[in-house]
Amino acid sequence: MEIAQAKNPAVASSGNASYFKRSPLDWLAAVLLIGGGLFAFDRYAHFMDGYEQAILIAAIPTFIALAWAWGGLRNLLAGAAVLALAGIALYDADLARAEQAFFLKYFLSSQTAIGWMCFLFFLSTAAYWLGLLARSDFAEKTGMALSWAAVLMGTTGMLVRWYESYLIGTDIGHIPISNLYEVFVLFCLITALLYLHYERRYNTRKLGAFVLIVISAAVAFTLWYSFSRDAHEIQPLVPALQSYWMKIHVPANFIGYGAFSLAAMIGVAWLLAERGILATRLPALAVMEDVMYKAIAIGFAFFTVATILGALWAAEAWGTYWQWDPKETWALIVWLNYAAWLHLRLTKGLRGAILSWWAVIGLLVTTFAFLGVNMFLSGLHSYGAL
Amino acid sequence: MRFAVSLLTVLSIASVIGTVLKQNEPYNSYLNQFGQFWFPVFEALGLYSVYHASWFLAILAFLVASTSLCIIRQAPGMVKEMKSFRTGAREASLRQFAHKHMTQTALPRSEAAQQVSHYLATQGYKSRSKEQADGLLLAAKAGSWNRMGYLLAHSAIVLICVGGLLDGDLPLKLEMMLGAKQVTSLDKPFGEIGAESRLGPEHWSYRGNVFLPEGKRSNIAVLNVKDGALLQELPFSITLKKFHIEHYSTGMPKRFASDVVITDLQTGAETERTIEVNKPFEYRGVSLYQASFEDGGSKLQLKAHSLLPGSTRISDAQGEVGGNLQLKQGEETLQVEITGFRPFNIENMAQPSESEKNTLAMLNHALGSGAKAPDSKDMKNVGPSFSYKVRDAAGQAREYNNYMVPIEQDGRRFFMTGMRETQADGFRYLRLPADEDDKLDTWLAVRAILTTPGEHALIARRFAAKAMSGRGVSDTMRTRLADTAERTLQLFAESGFEGLGAFIKDSVPENEREKAADVFVRVLQGCTWEAWQLQRERKKLKPLQLTTERADFVRDTVNSISDSFHYGAPAYLALDQFEEVKASVIQATRSPGKAGVYLGCALLVAGVFFMLYVRERRLFVLLKDSGEVLIALSSNRKTMDTDTEFARHQEALESLLNHGNRTS
Repeated sequence: MEIAQAKNPAVASSGNASYFKRSPLDWLAAVLLIGGGLFAFDRYAHFMDGYEQAILIAAIPTFIALAWAWGGLRNLLAGAAVLALAGIALYDADLARAEQAFFLKYFLSSQTAIGWMCFLFFLSTAAYWLGLLARSDFAEKTGMALSWAAVLMGTTGMLVRWYESYLIGTDIGHIPISNLYEVFVLFCLITALLYLHYERRYNTRKLGAFVLIVISAAVAFTLWYSFSRDAHEIQPLVPALQSYWMKIHVPANFIGYGAFSLAAMIGVAWLLAERGILATRLPALAVMEDVMYKAIAIGFAFFTVATILGALWAAEAWGTYWQWDPKETWALIVWLNYAAWLHLRLTKGLRGAILSWWAVIGLLVTTFAFLGVNMFLSGLHSYGAL
Repeated sequence: MRFAVSLLTVLSIASVIGTVLKQNEPYNSYLNQFGQFWFPVFEALGLYSVYHASWFLAILAFLVASTSLCIIRQAPGMVKEMKSFRTGAREASLRQFAHKHMTQTALPRSEAAQQVSHYLATQGYKSRSKEQADGLLLAAKAGSWNRMGYLLAHSAIVLICVGGLLDGDLPLKLEMMLGAKQVTSLDKPFGEIGAESRLGPEHWSYRGNVFLPEGKRSNIAVLNVKDGALLQELPFSITLKKFHIEHYSTGMPKRFASDVVITDLQTGAETERTIEVNKPFEYRGVSLYQASFEDGGSKLQLKAHSLLPGSTRISDAQGEVGGNLQLKQGEETLQVEITGFRPFNIENMAQPSESEKNTLAMLNHALGSGAKAPDSKDMKNVGPSFSYKVRDAAGQAREYNNYMVPIEQDGRRFFMTGMRETQADGFRYLRLPADEDDKLDTWLAVRAILTTPGEHALIARRFAAKAMSGRGVSDTMRTRLADTAERTLQLFAESGFEGLGAFIKDSVPENEREKAADVFVRVLQGCTWEAWQLQRERKKLKPLQLTTERADFVRDTVNSISDSFHYGAPAYLALDQFEEVKASVIQATRSPGKAGVYLGCALLVAGVFFMLYVRERRLFVLLKDSGEVLIALSSNRKTMDTDTEFARHQEALESLLNHGNRTS
């Protein structure tokens, strides 16, 4: 006997209604996103090709869904929009204003904003550690707030940098994800956002101390790179990078890198807790295992997409979708590494120490693929060179 | 499973080799790197082209075979599992589940069944019911696509590998193993290369470069294979009309583009296109890409200035990049191979400045916009340059790189000519000072006088006369100075500062050497000034007043003449005029496996998302005749989500089933 599967209309519609039963802030965000998107379309559509117009339109519901799904992200979007627009208004299409206008020089110009991001991430790391060691809920909440502030300043810095690149010359302007300096900032932002997401999902702030270490390391590298090599200078795009693929390949990759780094730090926390170090302060082992799996799953999914996008782009730029260039090969190694991790966990049902160690070693492999290849091996991915 | 993980690990490690050792380099460079003993060992292991080595392909083939086997073995079971509702599940086995809960209901069984199945439907579950011995079992499932994900992802791997293998050089390898094809070293024109090194247009898959000077046409792509090449014939010919290269103001390249005409060799149809980086063009299954650019045989008008002692000989020569020319210098005939030409060179001309290095200054530097150009950069076009090799009788070649116009350094202008003995070295530059007309003439003339032994006495006398013109100076003193000056000139004319140094070392006590060297240098500079004046006198030009700039010129002249003894060639080649001919390198690829690979990629993405983000869950509700209710949940993903989901269902079903209780 088959039971009727017709849905009760009342229940179904109430399910829908609850999605649209939103706080005024959510609705305000939606209205602003629609308004902003349509304004941008009206004003700039004729500079865009069909794909770009479609992406702009699709971005409106995507960002609304993201903002509605996560209040923190909604506030971040709003904050970054306000600050970036303020920065643009202060610039008034004149680069020299970065040295003259007080708010630009000390707050909103891209280098300064990214500098603030670096500073706030360091502070946040300290606060999370204080919270962990002193079992202080307040310190952990401060750490979270500082991380959000850092992400806000970093996002603002990137958006303003995007604008600045167009002020140098309309032919020079491009999205700031084209060299190692820019992607390091992107890495910090993505890793922090992923962490903040899990912090909310699992309702624990105890892992922040560990995840913020890897972000701080990236920040330290960014600062060194900027001070010693003037890496922050905006460079025009070489012909090989003038492609729409860059705009999706690079962020997708960094969601992968960010998630893998996060998983590795949780692996470290797991291994410490298992040995009784900080065990009473950290979340339960099962929770950490779950976060680790979630992070690697999302990282793997995005890394798969990113690698495929890279192959599609390579086919267009270099004439073949795969040619065993060192960067490609190392991407494959990273992919195989996490494919093996997932096999162990999903098919063998393995948990615990082996997977934690594997995730930690995975970070070394990932770091080599991300940085080591550019430093030690020569190949086609020379734009990321140190 | 352990097997799959091991295989992935082995593949990773094997892949590392090819990233550490640079692949597909000329065999000579490997020979230099590893030496006679290891070179053949590594060659046999296929390390110079790891990813095409038989053993690596074997690993891949093994991966494909074992993955296929996995799919074949698992697929029928998985499809059955996807379809099945497991309505036959017994109470005893349900009680073994990790997630189970016992409860009661007072509702009549049919109504309870109605309520539960409705609930299951709203939760996205599909359900079936079956009457069992002591009750009614409602068996529901959701997320069956998870298993589909497995099938998709694993067949994607097979598809991608097979497509990739088809596009690789496996077919070509077979042909070569059978001896049907042989590589050529490209030492003759294409026309003379025989069929044993040619591949017809029907050849399955390839990737090669078409070299196209402006105005020329070609239908041959060169494939690099092992230590040689094969010629791939294309079903069309490509004519390069014009090659464009554009730069940003910073000197970075902005655009490379080739205007080409493609002529179909069968139909004669012509297609005009512009091929750019990131904008390839596909014609009859062959994709054409802008790969690189080279010089296409620019025509250079040269002046060879003899550097033989005392010579001021200038000879004209014409050459072409890629061509050879012979230059007679004295008894010797130089073999000159012109290797390259650059119409412009953008160099960083900034002087390293001593800027403040305190923390505040550094911080200030880091603030502001990302657009600030660091002070250490000042990009300038320093004009054309060309490079050539001079081969001696023994076949040894030195490489030279000469700039056409003088380059400013330290406020003075120099003609720069670089020399290196091997490819591995950087160029060492000889800086020849430009005169007040921005020409090399003065330097050449002064050098000729200073290196003519017959002139030494005259210059020395003139120098001594000027240096000791006061009263109270005896003729003997003047003569002694003149003798010293003459000796200095002789030594310098033979081997520059080196000869002087050797002389000082031999004849001056150690503690006075520095002072002596200083005197010699001053004498030399004085004589050089005299030689300059003498040269002007002979050309009936007015004598010059000594100024700081002219003193600099004299010093630079002395230094560069001394350095020129290490120049290694008896002539300096100056670029007089040029006519640039550019060439574009278009890459032609045919990869029929691409469609399979792309389909595989799409399946892989779908598969990974299904596997990771669709959880297969089975929810069982056994409504026993006794009024007892057993709720059980199973999932093939043991995550915390399953725990929370079960808790949610348990609570919801309990309140649903007890609803009647509370109202009654």
